[in-house]
Amino acid sequence: MYSRRLELSVGAFVLLGALCLAFLALEVSGLASTGDNGTYRLSARFDNVAGLTTRAKVSAAGVTVGRVVGIRYDKATAAAIVDMEISQDFAEFSEDTSASILTAGLLGEKYIGLSTGGDPNNLADGDMIYDTQSAIVLEELIGKFLLNMSSEK
Amino acid sequence: MTASAFVEIEDVGFRRDRRVIYDGLNATVPRGKITAIVGPSGTGKTTLLRLIGGQLKPESGDVRVDGVSVQSLKRAELFQLRKRMGMLFQSGALFAELSVFENVAFPLRVHTDLDDELIRLIVLMKLEAVGLRGAVDLVPSELSGGMQRRVALARAIALDPEMIMYDEPFAGQDPIGLGVLLSLVKQLNQALGLTSLVVSHDLQETLSIADHVIMIANNRVAFEGSPAVMQSSNDPLVQQFLHGSPDGPVRFHFPAPALEDALS
Amino acid sequence: MIDWIAGVGRSTLSQVSDLGRASLMLMQAIFGRSNVGVYGRLTVDQIYAVGVLSLSIIIVSGLFIGMVLGLQGYTILTDYGSEQALGQMVALSLTRELGPVVTALLFAGRAGSALTAEIGLMKATEQLASLEMIGVDPLRRVVAPRFWAGVISLPILSLIFVSVGCLGGALVGVSWLGVDSGSFWANMQASVDFFDDVFNGMIKSVVFAIVVTWIAVYQGYDLVPTSEGIARATTKTVVYASLAVLGLDFFLTAVMFGEI
Repeated sequence: MYSRRLELSVGAFVLLGALCLAFLALEVSGLASTGDNGTYRLSARFDNVAGLTTRAKVSAAGVTVGRVVGIRYDKATAAAIVDMEISQDFAEFSEDTSASILTAGLLGEKYIGLSTGGDPNNLADGDMIYDTQSAIVLEELIGKFLLNMSSEK
Repeated sequence: MTASAFVEIEDVGFRRDRRVIYDGLNATVPRGKITAIVGPSGTGKTTLLRLIGGQLKPESGDVRVDGVSVQSLKRAELFQLRKRMGMLFQSGALFAELSVFENVAFPLRVHTDLDDELIRLIVLMKLEAVGLRGAVDLVPSELSGGMQRRVALARAIALDPEMIMYDEPFAGQDPIGLGVLLSLVKQLNQALGLTSLVVSHDLQETLSIADHVIMIANNRVAFEGSPAVMQSSNDPLVQQFLHGSPDGPVRFHFPAPALEDALS
Repeated sequence: MIDWIAGVGRSTLSQVSDLGRASLMLMQAIFGRSNVGVYGRLTVDQIYAVGVLSLSIIIVSGLFIGMVLGLQGYTILTDYGSEQALGQMVALSLTRELGPVVTALLFAGRAGSALTAEIGLMKATEQLASLEMIGVDPLRRVVAPRFWAGVISLPILSLIFVSVGCLGGALVGVSWLGVDSGSFWANMQASVDFFDDVFNGMIKSVVFAIVVTWIAVYQGYDLVPTSEGIARATTKTVVYASLAVLGLDFFLTAVMFGEI
């Protein structure tokens, strides 16, 4: 009465579930593409990180090289410190690399763009990037624009 | 109470929702005999079986099976006790997804460590006893109502219980089926020395095989004794029940205000 | 007025005692003495009944919902010139919300109602009472395997639903509407995080599975054993389970994704 067909179909059902989990992990969430060869950590000091969130992309020349893993407030310098995990595959950023907070499209999310410099020494795990450009805050921009207008008159 | 009583019911009170079912019920079921429980519909004859089986608990009083008070047992102990009782439900209550063989084998598989060969032997013996060995590979839905009840009977005696309770075993049977079941109940009682408890509406048939009768009416036992004594009883209630008169102590009308008051 | 207040009080009391009975039932079913070998096989039986047999409705619904998301998302996103984000939209809505919730709702309708009716029928035909008299606890024999089967099956169905939905979205977006395949998948992978989205979605699904199956088996076990009682309990299962899923979804979403 305990048919083999039933056992088989339940087994296939569970297997299908496992396959779907693998599909979601690899194809949909791209779990395999990051953290394959491990990561290393860089930090950057920004005057203003408005709009940046953890898990935001870190890209260099448009290629995603890592993610933001933490945003802290540094009391001593009254600035924000952003921690990033960069994939080991992209280990060669020079010491004078600059980081800027950019926006994907007009309404898109904030991400960090790294542009490497010419220094022969490379950044290592735990290093800090000081050459940074903060997030553009729309209100400040408009404020400056208005100020310029009035001073020109 | 006599030493030969298998079930003793002492001053039991029971209510369902707010309706009183029993109020001070006293009865005994003698060991090794066939006891019939009769009475008008809705007097809670099936409820009595459930109290004995421990599926319901009385509000007051005591139900003792073989000297053990049923309502005081823990769940596990109750299940132990139930191995010694078989119960045949009105509908048969066979497990619809199992074959006839597996239905009868079910109690054996659950409660014993017997190997498959031995279980097969016992199942075939039990089915032979109810005359349905040929139906061993069928499923319950392929059997008639009477045959389902006989399979259920085979299942109820699979563990060789000491007592078996029949809930309306004859209801809705044609005369042949009824005769078969009647003689089965009698045979099993004699051959296995079972204590049998039969709840039934089919008064004459039941009385023809019973050694002891308990009649329940008006929330209590209206009569207890042998069938012969019952027939010659002068109690108007017993007489009304025996002869099926429409009016008497058990009223035809459901309690209501007088018709004149209701209409005016 | 007094009557009305008394009525509210009575119905509250009966709701609370219902909840108590349901909890006790679940406790007894899960934590009673067990016989893992036998009950394991029964659970496999039930996974077939509630899981495998629900597969077709889950796959078809998942495909259509994914395709609709692809279509709707495309028309909205083209307004902002960002149809590359279609993959992200489809995948996030499916993994976080639609996958767990719609699967649970379908499961309540397809498997939950069947569980209630099946247990109810066993009660009406005295099979449960008969088990008790044989000395087998129907909670462990009948209710527990069905409960576990539901808890195991629903998350698996949800995984399948989400996967099929993503493929459905890709089918519409990439094959029919011409979104670039590379950017569709790359955007999806960049925005969907395995732990935050897929894993949290699965946690939702497990919670829904417990609640839906619990409601279904309780309604079956506790119903009035008549044909009318079975019909009413089946309806109750679908209504209560659906409401519970939608309500819980809000709380789980607030806890999991509220801060992001």
